[in-house]
Amino acid sequence: MLATLLLVFREVLEAALIVSIVAAATRGVSGRGAWIGGGLALGVVGAVLVAVFAGGIADAMSGMGQEWFNAIVLLAAVVMIGWHVVWMSRHGRELSLHMKSVGSAVSAGSRPMTALLVVVALAVLREGSEIVLFGYGLLAGGSSVASLAFGGLLGLAIGVALGFALYFGLLKIPMRHFFSATNGLLVLLAAGLASTAAGKLVQADALPTLVDTLWDSSWLLTDDSLTGHTLHILVGYTAQPSGIQMLFYAVTVAVLLVGTRFFSHPVSKPAASSPQALA
Amino acid sequence: MRFFLLLILSAFSMSAAAEVKEYTLTLRNHKFVPATLTIPANTKVKLLVVNEDATPEEFESHELNREKIVTGKGRITVYVGPLKPGKYPFFGEFHMDTAQGVLIAK
Repeated sequence: MLATLLLVFREVLEAALIVSIVAAATRGVSGRGAWIGGGLALGVVGAVLVAVFAGGIADAMSGMGQEWFNAIVLLAAVVMIGWHVVWMSRHGRELSLHMKSVGSAVSAGSRPMTALLVVVALAVLREGSEIVLFGYGLLAGGSSVASLAFGGLLGLAIGVALGFALYFGLLKIPMRHFFSATNGLLVLLAAGLASTAAGKLVQADALPTLVDTLWDSSWLLTDDSLTGHTLHILVGYTAQPSGIQMLFYAVTVAVLLVGTRFFSHPVSKPAASSPQALA
Repeated sequence: MRFFLLLILSAFSMSAAAEVKEYTLTLRNHKFVPATLTIPANTKVKLLVVNEDATPEEFESHELNREKIVTGKGRITVYVGPLKPGKYPFFGEFHMDTAQGVLIAK
């Protein structure tokens, strides 16, 4: 039972933290519950499908299908988060001004809610498929349904509770800093996912590591500790990153920062053109 | 930028061309056989993880930066290395109380 609790907790935590950042970032959007709920539902369906076809996915791409599949899912989430972040840099200020003055919900309008629905769905799909495979294995191995359900629900409850804790913590951020804060979190989240995707492509033998181990901070914080795991989800912490992971991380942060600068001031030409020198 | 792409491409083609040694890890009753596997250091090797159990398992190692699901009665290939000499623990995430092992590079 404890093993079930721990595994379900680990997987749920990852999805729950991502969902709570998305929920905070869409604060004040009317109908966001339906978008997030839709993302969760699609994710659960996707998780079951991925688990059912796990064998087929694994055998694809000369046995490296699982790595490619994960990398594509991760990079798709990075693109979707990036789209939202760049959009918010343009509209975030008017949004927080509007919410401060009116104190009411704003309609989603042209806001790319679909992007965030996809981010939620992909997070649930990735983590949920492992839970489904694990649970299937336990049942097929003769474990009792009761112990599986009990451990699973407890793990789910703790993971979701931590997600809510993060969400309500984020809501305490003052309104004028709120969307910069959630946007910053989304940038780091996207960078972490990109770095994980790079790791998958190294595992698939499709990318070189450049440097096998850039540093080793496992003496300070291991990947499997609760803090290490949480930081891995939120900002992409890993105790022994490879060079290519760091490169993916840095490129994601740079592209999103340049993107937000570039799009946030459409009128002031000199300020907008300077970041181009970097590209 | 072009230089950098060339660097990546050449590293990629080198890694694809190199002949790699193959080692087998078997999962039996949710345990790794052998639980300790010695491989040469500083060279890339191919690990074949064969799952003789009917239920799925996830081969995982933080030290090796590897994580891969192997279905019941399935098999997966995991490339590791080149590794510095040392010990690299790995485990089966779905049966962590029994499925533990260590890779020794020397």
